[in-house]
Amino acid sequence: MIKVSQLRKAFNGQPVLNGIDLDVPDGSITIIIGRSGGGKSVFLKHLIGLMRPDSGRIEVNGVDLGQLRGRALDEIRKRYGVVFQSGALFDSMTCRDNVTFPLREKFRLTRASIVKRVDRALDQVGLTGIGDKYPEEVSGGMRKRVAIARALVTEPEIVFFDEPTTGLDPVLVNTIHRLILDLHRRLHFTAVVVSHEIPEIFEIADRVGMLHEGRIVELGPPAAVQASANPVVQRFIRGEPDGQA
Amino acid sequence: MTEPAVAPALRPFEGLGRWATEFVDSLGRFGSFLAQGLAALVTPPFKLWPLLGRIHYIGFRSLIIIALTGAFTGMVLGLQIFLTLSRFGSEAFLGPAVALSLIRELGPVLAALMVTGRAGSALTAELGIMRITEQIDALTVMALSPMRYLVGPSLLAGVLTFPLMTALFDVVGIFGGYLVGVELLGLSEGTYFGEMQSFVDMADVMTGFWKSVSFGLLVTWVCTYKGFHVSRGAEGVAQATTQAVVLSSVLILVWDYFLGTVLP
Repeated sequence: MIKVSQLRKAFNGQPVLNGIDLDVPDGSITIIIGRSGGGKSVFLKHLIGLMRPDSGRIEVNGVDLGQLRGRALDEIRKRYGVVFQSGALFDSMTCRDNVTFPLREKFRLTRASIVKRVDRALDQVGLTGIGDKYPEEVSGGMRKRVAIARALVTEPEIVFFDEPTTGLDPVLVNTIHRLILDLHRRLHFTAVVVSHEIPEIFEIADRVGMLHEGRIVELGPPAAVQASANPVVQRFIRGEPDGQA
Repeated sequence: MTEPAVAPALRPFEGLGRWATEFVDSLGRFGSFLAQGLAALVTPPFKLWPLLGRIHYIGFRSLIIIALTGAFTGMVLGLQIFLTLSRFGSEAFLGPAVALSLIRELGPVLAALMVTGRAGSALTAELGIMRITEQIDALTVMALSPMRYLVGPSLLAGVLTFPLMTALFDVVGIFGGYLVGVELLGLSEGTYFGEMQSFVDMADVMTGFWKSVSFGLLVTWVCTYKGFHVSRGAEGVAQATTQAVVLSSVLILVWDYFLGTVLP
């Protein structure tokens, strides 16, 4: 369970997060939507401990992330998987080595066990046999899949997706969404997905939260958010000015 | 709480104070970065492969440029010192003059400058690209310390490889001087090497050694720091790379003078 209370962050006096309150139930897929530059990625960086809030709390299973440093914070992060917007694959390693890397470095496993788990992770994202290619040698969609495999290979409890379909064509967008849903059903992780793929993203969400001007202005099941009377939400969903994606 | 208004006459002092505060703050971050990098080196788990990778990257791949510049530096020294000494009839001292110049001064400094240009700039660019493509963030959220995988190994590789590359630079340079002084200008081989053994002692070698060790730490420290803190995309990487090379080069020369005054 992730519980965010009154999270605030400003850069050079300019508020970006303006008192976010959000609960992420265990085992759910929670989607954060909002216009570009609206602070979604900044919010996600707070959730994964890459940024510290000016005020407010982020609790992960009752532990306040803001109070943790060093190894204590790393203990929380060991339960995380993160899929970055750019994929953030290590370009000096092959795709297979990218997936192997967290297993090899974080756990004491036999070589055979590592090979088995990496094969399974690559198979789960439909990339069996891609191993020896470098990230720059594969397509954008494949890089996203490798990034997802790397995030999931350690079997994390919570997986964060930062705009996982940015830069992909509509067919690939739906493919990646279905892949996230399929993996979630099989592996039962808690997912937080930052996205502005409207309305496709509603198909995989358990809950949708709309971030606007640094606050969650709407939160609920996809159907409820789509039917919201809030004009900001409706403008965003329809892609109209002032609420654009 | 709003800050009190500053009288116009005092504004230059306010600006100076702000600059001083930011300068001290950045020095603190710079020092803290080194402390974290060194701490990652002495606390388990120890990572051998990243270290070997950095030794290969900083040291092995710089060997050709070091040998080449060492040879020509020695040849230039051989020629110029021979011409100077011949005015006083002291050509016999060519060997020790070339060796002392290289071992105490030119070897450590020029080797460090060459490695800064070749490996230091690449180190900054590599880390900078890793920063802007979120690869460093990816390491962090995997609960794997970038200090342990990227910075610490680079610092240690610098400390280990700079003295070795300086030694190579010195040896090749001395043979460059030999080539010009003995093979081209006719000085006897026995005089060149014999006088060298009489005048060069262990203190000279250790002076060069300590200089090269400190340059190794200095260059990798500056270059990893600049790469690690890149922002603003490709332009930021270019800017950081330039700053790393310029700052490293200036610090090498300043630190060389300082060490020259305190080492025997």
